[in-house]
Formats: sequence, C-alpha cells, structure tokens
Amino acid sequence: MAAIIVISIGVLFNLFGCIGLLRLPDVYNRLQAATKCVTLGCCSILLGVFLHNGISAAGIKAIIAIPLLFFSATVAAHALVRGTYHFGVKMSDRSIKDDYKDAVK
Amino acid sequence: MRYLTFFILGLVFWLLLTFRISLPNVIVGSAASLICTLIFARYFFENTGKLINPRRWFWFLVYLAVFIWSCIKANFDVAYRVLHPRMPIKPGIVKVRTTLKSEFARMLLANSITMTPGTLTVDIIGDDFYIHWIFIRSQDPEIYTRMITGVFEKYIKNFVE
Repeated sequence: MAAIIVISIGVLFNLFGCIGLLRLPDVYNRLQAATKCVTLGCCSILLGVFLHNGISAAGIKAIIAIPLLFFSATVAAHALVRGTYHFGVKMSDRSIKDDYKDAVK
Repeated sequence: MRYLTFFILGLVFWLLLTFRISLPNVIVGSAASLICTLIFARYFFENTGKLINPRRWFWFLVYLAVFIWSCIKANFDVAYRVLHPRMPIKPGIVKVRTTLKSEFARMLLANSITMTPGTLTVDIIGDDFYIHWIFIRSQDPEIYTRMITGVFEKYIKNFVE
C-alpha cells in the first residue's frame, strides 16, 4: 500500500515536470523543471519499488540507483545549461539579470 | 591509501549491485573495480582518513536531512510556478561567491544548489558560482548569497573541510 502511494506521488511529480517543460518560456527555465521534478519523481518511484520488493536483489538495486540518479541528473543539467549558454541561446524576455554575460566574454 | 579505499568501495558497490556472493562474482567484481581504481582513483579525496571520523558522519547525516527537505520543497515550488495560470517567474543569472576551498566540497555545493528551490548552477569560475534563478527575490548580492549558499555551505564545511 505504501509502495503504491509513493509511486503515485512520483508519477505526479513527473507529470508536473513535463507540464513545466511545455509551459515555461526558455530552455533555462525548462531545465529547472526537468531537473527538479523529474529527479525527485524518479526517486519516489525507485523508493516505491524498494518498498514493494523489500531487501532483495531488485530492492537494493533501486536504492542504489537513487544517489546515482541524483548525481547524474544534477551534473547533466549543469552541463546542458552551460553548453546552451555558450552555444548562444538567448534568455527569455522576462529575464531581469545576467551576471554570466560579463564572465564569458 | 586512496587507491585501497577506492578499490574497497568499488567492490562493495559491485556486490550490492549484483547481490550475489559467489567466487566467480567476487573475481569479476575485483577485476572491474581494479580497472576503475587505476583510471579514476586519482580524482578521489586527498585524505581518506576523514572517512572514518564519526563527527563528520554526524554532520553528513544532518546535511542529508536538510538536503532531502529542501529537495521536497523545491518540487512543490516548481509545481506551484508551473501550474499557476500567470507563471510567477522572474528569471536571471546571478553571481555568488563561495568560501569553500576543496574541489569535492564545491562539487557537492553545486549539486545541492541545483536541487534547491528555483536555482540551477551554470558554471564555476574561480571562487564564483553562476546560478540561474527562476525567481530573483532580491537584488542585493549579500542577501541572495545568504539565501542560496548559506544553508548548505556551513554543513558542507563541517563535514568535508
């Protein structure tokens, strides 16, 4: 029962992440939604898998995947956003500040 | 010492991942972690004696609790901004100065910032972190430095440096 609740929460957050991916204006904001919601959503799903299987081969693998997912998602987001900036993609009109411009001139 | 620690960690990781203790499995795992050690151990911590200090583990657990809590908060924050009809966003890239010195600590801080509400690390140049912020609450560098790094910096300093 607890496993089903945790997996449902994970799917819900993944859905929010996808809505954010469609609605937000530019690639930087979209990455925010994609990183945070989708990472925690997947972690909840993995936790649900662990609760469902208990301490067995599948359960332990799900638990180990959580820190790996955290590190790879954050590093991937960082690499993507930096690469995007250097490629020259403009920030949306609603942006109010850009300190990075001076640093990479 | 650093190579030995890395090798043991790799072997434990392999055994947990395959979840079967038999002689062939341990041999293959040793070979795999030996290869990884030869390639990657030079990027590992300098001082592995830190790993067995209980005080550091205590601060690490405190940090983990704070980190998970801010992760959950971050999700509700993003969900609120995404589902709100007018999308309350005010994005921009701000510059934040850090006092952390070691590379591992900076990596942890950058990852923590990425997972906290509304912030995403773009780049690290020298001592400065460049952070994309989805909703800039303040224009004053001192206030936003405290808001972004203040929470994690002191815990990371306690258990890494």
